Amino acid sequence: MSGRFSDVQHLVRMAALFIAGVVVFLILRALLVPEGFGVWGHFRAGALDDNRARPLRFAGREACAECHADVLDARVGSKHAAIGCEACHGPLAAHAADPDAARASRPEAAPLCRSCHERNVARPAAFPQIDPAEHGGGEPCLACHQPHHPDV
Amino acid sequence: MKIDRRDFVKRTGTYLVLTSAAAAAWDHVVAGTPETAPNYRVTDHWWGMAIDIDRCIGCGNCVRACKVENDVPHEPYYFRTWVERYHVPGGDIEHPVVDSPNGGHDGFPERYGAVDGAKNFFVPKLCNHCAHSPCTQVCPVGATFDGPDGVVLVDTSYCLGCRYCVQACPYGCRYIDPRTNTVDKCSLCYHRITRGLTTACCETCPTGARRLGDLKDPNDPIHEFLRTHKVQVLKPQMATGSKMYYSGLDGSVR
Repeated sequence: MSGRFSDVQHLVRMAALFIAGVVVFLILRALLVPEGFGVWGHFRAGALDDNRARPLRFAGREACAECHADVLDARVGSKHAAIGCEACHGPLAAHAADPDAARASRPEAAPLCRSCHERNVARPAAFPQIDPAEHGGGEPCLACHQPHHPDV
Repeated sequence: MKIDRRDFVKRTGTYLVLTSAAAAAWDHVVAGTPETAPNYRVTDHWWGMAIDIDRCIGCGNCVRACKVENDVPHEPYYFRTWVERYHVPGGDIEHPVVDSPNGGHDGFPERYGAVDGAKNFFVPKLCNHCAHSPCTQVCPVGATFDGPDGVVLVDTSYCLGCRYCVQACPYGCRYIDPRTNTVDKCSLCYHRITRGLTTACCETCPTGARRLGDLKDPNDPIHEFLRTHKVQVLKPQMATGSKMYYSGLDGSVR
């Protein structure tokens, strides 16, 4: 061999080394980058489904209405009509899924009523608030108020 | 090959019918399998929330519901959502006194009297689900991200627990879950909103002070709210693109 291609060996070795580097990079990339990465952006697309997989604790008021339409009727026109059932009755997705497996319990009235209606200067002035020491004369809240229709 | 008019019409008609069938089938494919995503397409939604400060009574229902729904550690007191009480004496909005006993989990025992003439109010806080969120920009591995539907989520299987995002969030909405040593934050109840339910905090808010809204749905009541109320986001000077729209936001709120 002579002339301008006499040292072509060097180029072949360099090219082989470069190609080997690219192959190693591609293999490592395929191994390390998880499936779905980059479909929606710089994250694993499956993470959306992972976040979706969490179980429900609160069933939502529509689920309550399926069986307890009578309570909804009782609340029509009430100041409490717009409140979600589980705001007072607690998380009941298990009860909604299987009414016999998990029973709903009746919430204790006085602390529940006070959590919203005890006087607090930071509450909006127009919101109905009471001072438990002087309101009701020691009677339980339910003696005068129906929680689903609280007007006296 | 010779094609007469009859052949041409037949073939063209067949292709047209087949194309629309294929398009419908492809739509079904991209909509996801029915088990994981019943009728939910991420590109059809853009979630936000309207928060009416004048309606918040500081009852703590949202804080308690969020902890239950999302399995947030009860103690130590970490939160995905919490409520702050602002006390602004003498109208000095530069120096409010802010407290949040247990994040409002157990309510707010009366601390200020009505006599000192100060301004008092509650402010519910949660992840602002920023469109240009600082927290996702600093994540070195792509473990936290802006979802295609506008929800900022965490990939716990990918999180290193490096805490960059905890520092980057201007709203203090992130914490490290001590059980897993990975970051956690409000997911806007992603498991609920993708099933057509509202978030646990909105579900249990007795006064409707917070309402989830789909900004891409023209029939969503949030548009009416944004039109009829003077709204502001928290820290607008940081240009985070927050989608938590506060009505009645005082200048003292940080």
